[in-house]
Amino acid sequence: MHSKTIAELAAALAAREFSSEELTRHYLARITSLDGRLNSFITVTAERALAQARAADRRLAAGEAGPLTGIPLAHKDIFCTEGVKTSCGSKMLDNFIAPYDATVVERLDRAGMVMLGKTNMDEFAMGSSNENSYYGPVRNPWDTRAVPGGSSGGSAAAVAARLTPAATGTDTGGSIRQPAALCGITGLKPTYGRVSRWGMIAFASSLDQGGPLAASAEDCALLLAAMAGFDERDSTSADRPVPDYRASLNDDIRGLRIGLPKEYFGAGLDAGVARVIEAALEEYKRLGAELVEVSLPNSALAIPAYYVVAPAEASSNLARYDGVRYGYRCAEPKDLLDLYTRSRGEGFGPEVQRRIMVGTYALSAGYYDAYYLKAQKIRRLIRDDFRRAFAEVDVIMGPTAPTVAFDLGEKSTDPVAMYLNDIYTVSANLAGLPGMSIPVGFSAGRPVGLQIIGDYFAEGRLLNVAHRYQQVSDWHRRMPAGF
Amino acid sequence: MSIGPDEVKRIAHLARLAIRAEAIPGYARELSSIIELVERMNAVDTSAVEPLAHPLEMAQRLRDDVVTERNQRERFQAIAPLTEAGLYLVPKVIE
Repeated sequence: MHSKTIAELAAALAAREFSSEELTRHYLARITSLDGRLNSFITVTAERALAQARAADRRLAAGEAGPLTGIPLAHKDIFCTEGVKTSCGSKMLDNFIAPYDATVVERLDRAGMVMLGKTNMDEFAMGSSNENSYYGPVRNPWDTRAVPGGSSGGSAAAVAARLTPAATGTDTGGSIRQPAALCGITGLKPTYGRVSRWGMIAFASSLDQGGPLAASAEDCALLLAAMAGFDERDSTSADRPVPDYRASLNDDIRGLRIGLPKEYFGAGLDAGVARVIEAALEEYKRLGAELVEVSLPNSALAIPAYYVVAPAEASSNLARYDGVRYGYRCAEPKDLLDLYTRSRGEGFGPEVQRRIMVGTYALSAGYYDAYYLKAQKIRRLIRDDFRRAFAEVDVIMGPTAPTVAFDLGEKSTDPVAMYLNDIYTVSANLAGLPGMSIPVGFSAGRPVGLQIIGDYFAEGRLLNVAHRYQQVSDWHRRMPAGF
Repeated sequence: MSIGPDEVKRIAHLARLAIRAEAIPGYARELSSIIELVERMNAVDTSAVEPLAHPLEMAQRLRDDVVTERNQRERFQAIAPLTEAGLYLVPKVIE
C-alpha cells in the first residue's frame, strides 16, 4: 500500500480495495517497526488516527468523500493540534498541550485526512540538519549516517521512508525545500500569505510559510488545494481565490522559458550535484522548454540579510516564552528576573539562544540602522532581482542545496557553515516567492533536489512544471532500501 | 565587528537568557562569526534604497471594532505552570 501516491490511494479507497482504517493501521505498523531507526516522529497519535479513519470510512461509504478523505498524514510539530502535545522540537514546549488547532490542521481535518502523529524538527524550526531537536536528531532513510536536512527533517524523512504518504512542513529559509531535496521527495513552499500562519508557532513572521511534503507534485497539488486560502485570523493571509491546482498539472510546457541564475551554478556547488541538475535541465529541454541564463546579482547578500531579519523577528517572537503562561518554568525562581532568565536559559537549546542573541543585538540601540534597516534594504534589492528575472522567464531553476545530505555531526559545530546550506533557498523567502524541490537523481548514493521558483501565486505553474517532469521520470517513485 | 564577553553578557541580559559563565567564550566566538557573515551586506551601497518590511508590500487589513474572542481563561490557564484563583502566579515583585 505504501508505494502508492495519494491519488492512487484515494482511488483504491474509493474502489473499496481497502478501508481507511486498514490503510491507517498499515502506516502505524510501519512507524512502530521502522521509526526506531529514523526518529522522525515526536508523538504518534494512534487512537485518534483510528477514530479519524473510521469516520473517513463512514464518509467514503456515504459517498461524501473528497480527494483526501481517509488519507493519512503527519504534521510537523510546529502546528498546534488541540489536545495533543505541540513541542516545536523544544524543551520549552515539551509540556505544551495545544488548546486549539492551527488553521492548516483544521482544514486538512475537514478534508477527512487522518493524523498519524507529529514529526520531529529543529527546535523552533531553526536549523538545516534536524540536529537541533530536543528529541534527538532524525536520520536520513537513504543513508542513516546522513542528516535528513531541516528544519522539517522529521516530515521529510517520514515521507521518504513511506511511514506516511504526506506531511506538513514550514519554510522560513528553506525548511521544506532543503529536507525534501536531501530526502528525495517533493516539497512546496507557497507564496507568502497563501497558507494561513494561524496556529503555526512563529519563528520569523515575515518569512514563515507552511506547505506540503509528499512523494509527487500531484500529491502536493491535492494537499495545497486543501491547505491554501484566506484566513481572517492571519493578518497577512492573502485574500484571493485558490486555483484548481490539479486541473493545470498536465498543461503543455512546450515553450516554457526556464531561467537559470548564473549565481546558482558557480563556486560552492558540488560537482556531483551540478551534473545531476544539468541532466534534469536536459530533460526539460526534451520536454520543449527553453533554457535562458538570467542573473540575480544580489544573491550573495541573501544569507547575510536573512541572518539579520530572521533572528531579529525570532528574538521578538520568542519573547513570549517567559515561564509564566505556558511552557517550561524553572524550579524555585528567586525573583521575577530569575524566573524569566532561567526558564529561557534552561528551556531553549543552544542554536535558539544564539539566534535570539543575534536578533537582540541587531535590534539593540545604536545598531538598528547598521543591521536591521540595512537588511530590509537588501531585501528589496533581492526582490527586485527576481522581478527583473520574471519579466523574461516563466520559472527559475537551480539546485535546492549546494551538496547532498552530509553526515550527522559534520557541520554541527560551526553555525556559519550550517547556514550556508540554505544559500539557494533563502532568497525566495526574503522575496516572498513560491518554491519547490523535486527529486531528480542521486550523487554518491544520496538524493539531489531540483529547485523551481515561480512568480507570486504561481503555485499552479510550479506544480505543472514539476508534474510534467515526473511523468517522464521515476525518481519520485524510488524508495530507500530497508524501508 | 567582534563581540567580546562583556557584550555577550549585555545581550544575554537584554534577551533575558541566563547563560552559564563557561559558555560565554563560545558564544562570543560564534556571535562574532555570525556578525562577520552579516556584515557582508556592507559590500553594497543602499543609501538610495527603501527598506522592504513585507515581501508583498500589502497594507494591513482593517476590521470592524467588535468583540471576536470569547473568554477562555480556564482553558488557557489549565496549561499554565502556576495559577491560583484565575491568576498567574510569579515570584513576589513588590516587598
